[in-house]
Amino acid sequence: MSTSPQAIGSYTETALPKKRWLSRQNWERIVSILILLPSIIALGIFVYAFIAWTGFISLTAWNSAAPDFTFVGLQNYARIFIGSGTDAIRFRYDIRNEVGFLILFVGGSVIFGFLLATLLDRKIRGESVFRSIFLFPMAISFVVTGVAWRWVLTPGTQETGWVGINLLVTNLGLGGLRSGWFTDPTILFIRPDTALGQFLHSIGLGFIAAPDFGYAVAMSSIVLAAGWQMVGYTMALYLAGIRSIPDELREAARIDGATEWQVYRHVIIPLLRPVTLTVIIILAHIALKIFDLVYSMTGGVSAGFATDVPALNMWKTTFDATKFAQGASIAIILLLMVGVLIIPYLIWQTRSEAS
Amino acid sequence: MKHKWIYALLAIALLVAMVPTAPASAAPAGAAMACAKDYTVNAGDTLSAIAEKEYGSITAYWPIMAATNAKHLTDASYAKIENPDLIEPGWKLCIPSTTDAEAFLKAFPGRDTPTGVAMLFGEGAKGQLIVASWWTNGGEFAGLNEMFKMFKEANPDVEIVNAAIAGGAGTNFKGQLLSQLLGGVAPDTFQLHAGWEADTYDPGVLITNVDDAYARNKLESVFPPTLLSMLKFKDHYWGVPVNIHRSNVLWYNKALFEKAGITAPPTTWDEFFAAADKLKAAGIAPVALGGKDGFELQHTFETILAGSMTAEEYAGLWTGKTSWNSPKVTAALETFKKYLSYANEDHAALTWAAATQLLIDGKAAMNIMGDWANGQFISGNFTDYGWAPVPGTKGTFVALSDSFALPTKAPDPVNANLWLDLAGSKAAQEAFNKQKGSICARTDCDYSSFNAYLQSAAKDWTADSIVPSVTHGAAAKPSWATKGYADAVNLFATSGDVAAAQAALVAAAADAGYPQ
Repeated sequence: MSTSPQAIGSYTETALPKKRWLSRQNWERIVSILILLPSIIALGIFVYAFIAWTGFISLTAWNSAAPDFTFVGLQNYARIFIGSGTDAIRFRYDIRNEVGFLILFVGGSVIFGFLLATLLDRKIRGESVFRSIFLFPMAISFVVTGVAWRWVLTPGTQETGWVGINLLVTNLGLGGLRSGWFTDPTILFIRPDTALGQFLHSIGLGFIAAPDFGYAVAMSSIVLAAGWQMVGYTMALYLAGIRSIPDELREAARIDGATEWQVYRHVIIPLLRPVTLTVIIILAHIALKIFDLVYSMTGGVSAGFATDVPALNMWKTTFDATKFAQGASIAIILLLMVGVLIIPYLIWQTRSEAS
Repeated sequence: MKHKWIYALLAIALLVAMVPTAPASAAPAGAAMACAKDYTVNAGDTLSAIAEKEYGSITAYWPIMAATNAKHLTDASYAKIENPDLIEPGWKLCIPSTTDAEAFLKAFPGRDTPTGVAMLFGEGAKGQLIVASWWTNGGEFAGLNEMFKMFKEANPDVEIVNAAIAGGAGTNFKGQLLSQLLGGVAPDTFQLHAGWEADTYDPGVLITNVDDAYARNKLESVFPPTLLSMLKFKDHYWGVPVNIHRSNVLWYNKALFEKAGITAPPTTWDEFFAAADKLKAAGIAPVALGGKDGFELQHTFETILAGSMTAEEYAGLWTGKTSWNSPKVTAALETFKKYLSYANEDHAALTWAAATQLLIDGKAAMNIMGDWANGQFISGNFTDYGWAPVPGTKGTFVALSDSFALPTKAPDPVNANLWLDLAGSKAAQEAFNKQKGSICARTDCDYSSFNAYLQSAAKDWTADSIVPSVTHGAAAKPSWATKGYADAVNLFATSGDVAAAQAALVAAAADAGYPQ
């Protein structure tokens, strides 16, 4: 089929249906649909169909190697949410670790990424060298980062000898800075017997004053490694954002008598809001899905699941314990968590594009 | 089609005829035969008729086929016989002497086996052999390499691909392999713990039974009955075992014991903790523990459990005969808790191998680990170590066995079967186990060149009560061993809450189908 001159010539003289078929606009629409079709089909099968399949599996009794599609309702979900079984305990810990990681990793990366971008924006000498240095960690995989940071942060002991950073601080005479790093099983939480704990109890939120709502100190090591890798990326996004702000705006503010701080506070940071939102969305979904870094760095199970995360639990449940339905239920919960974060962003973006 | 039937019948007849004598040999023997005379095929000749004329047996044509094919490789004037039922007038055949022919028939395992194929066509197997395992550390890697070397010698044209993934007890390997198998991508053979671990791979679906390899190599007569009963799962064999490991071993550094004034290894937990206190007082770390992968903790607790009850009671924990509510389990948890208080604080950062290294480096005195640690001692040239059963487990042998399995979708089953034949052979088991630091699965290994530990383990293997290990896949179904039991132990190692841990262990057993 092709659009021949005759066909176009006949446009005004023929009946409507034929006209539509031969119109250039409609033809282009057909071509564009045809071009998009393969990727739509591929997405449909490999993303959405598999989400549906996972959702279906999570409602079945397939908890051994041989498939078993008996419908069991929400039993797999109940198992990880309700009660005091090890599956429920481990999943609560996972969520606790994940939330702590999400907040510190995203918050830390945004703050340090912005600071680095601001410093580089000062037009310092050798800017490109620094920019490259900060960006390099992004070029390696989380697995490499994980292994390297495990070596750096393996604590060692007094008797068997200190290792890594602990050895460094000991040799510098700063023994007090030694830490168990990712092996530290300490959980920071609001003690029920403190004033805050009492207050929470009095307003009916006493359950928050428990280790399940605390912060696992061991996650700080993961935050450190992940932050080290992603802060350069954040910096690059912010730097691009800052550079796109016209100099006239800063000049105008300065002429109006704004201090450098006020320029940032009232001009630059508000103008960077879209960048900040993008950064947060990107980092947050990385944080929620984090697997490879934890897997290679700590393995997750050690120190009483102090660094376990849902994605790791999902993998172990599915492929080590061959509990496919149970693993699928964790996968669906992970998907919902990411969805809660991403969907408002997508809505906001669509709206701002429309306006 | 009709030919095929006759062919198969002949092969079976031949196999049956040779059952009492066929040894397991992986080397192609066809190339060794010289021609006693040449023969040119006339119209109306058949190989059977020629065989009857030469050797007095119509079924003795295999050596003629093998010798002719072998000759054909270097001298094209000899024919290449693809099919013994089909020879053409004018073909030049090579007729070996009667002695050679008899020797050949003795060794020939039948046309339908990989060894047989290799013998008939005078050329070894071709293509690839993908071997997947989690053997990457010093001793275990050296052992695997010995087997690779032997395989390469027998089959020089096969390219061996080592698809190993590091991680003790297969912590990283198993999940990765399962996801591959489910996706339809398989190695030719992979490492599988004997026993319940086969259940991970949906036996009969993702893996094929290896009963044929057992029959071909007469393996049932060379493995001890306790091992065979561990290997048999759902009435079939799913792997050819290469070794036996003992998991309940207490290792110690002799020099450090001497330094602390300890003369004999502890045999009870009281003695153990007394020795640990002495070591501590002498400024020596008493216990090296790994815990990064979690299995090290489960492993240690399992051996303590085995030591706090009889072998029979312990085995009963995994078959529903012994209750997890037993006070003996409580006592074991208490002991484990105390043991952990003596361990290096950074155990959550160390793998089993790193913990063993602390012993080699003289940085810690004792370590509970399976006897694969012995392999690390060997490859690290460390000899100043002693061993004893974990306190309370004298007379009990907590066993596991590494075997090689056959995936249903193995890309090259002929090569895979050649590998299985090799794995079951005496020569390979001796070479492998000396390096790996384990004892042979076969009962006829010669231990004279093995180190002192292995000789003592071989003796215990025949004298002790054997119980299967759960952490290493032999005793219980995967979801129980790697989730219910494992998570309970991992949580306990940090919380130290005995009552909660016991409740969790009880719940895990109930979950696995044994309500307490």
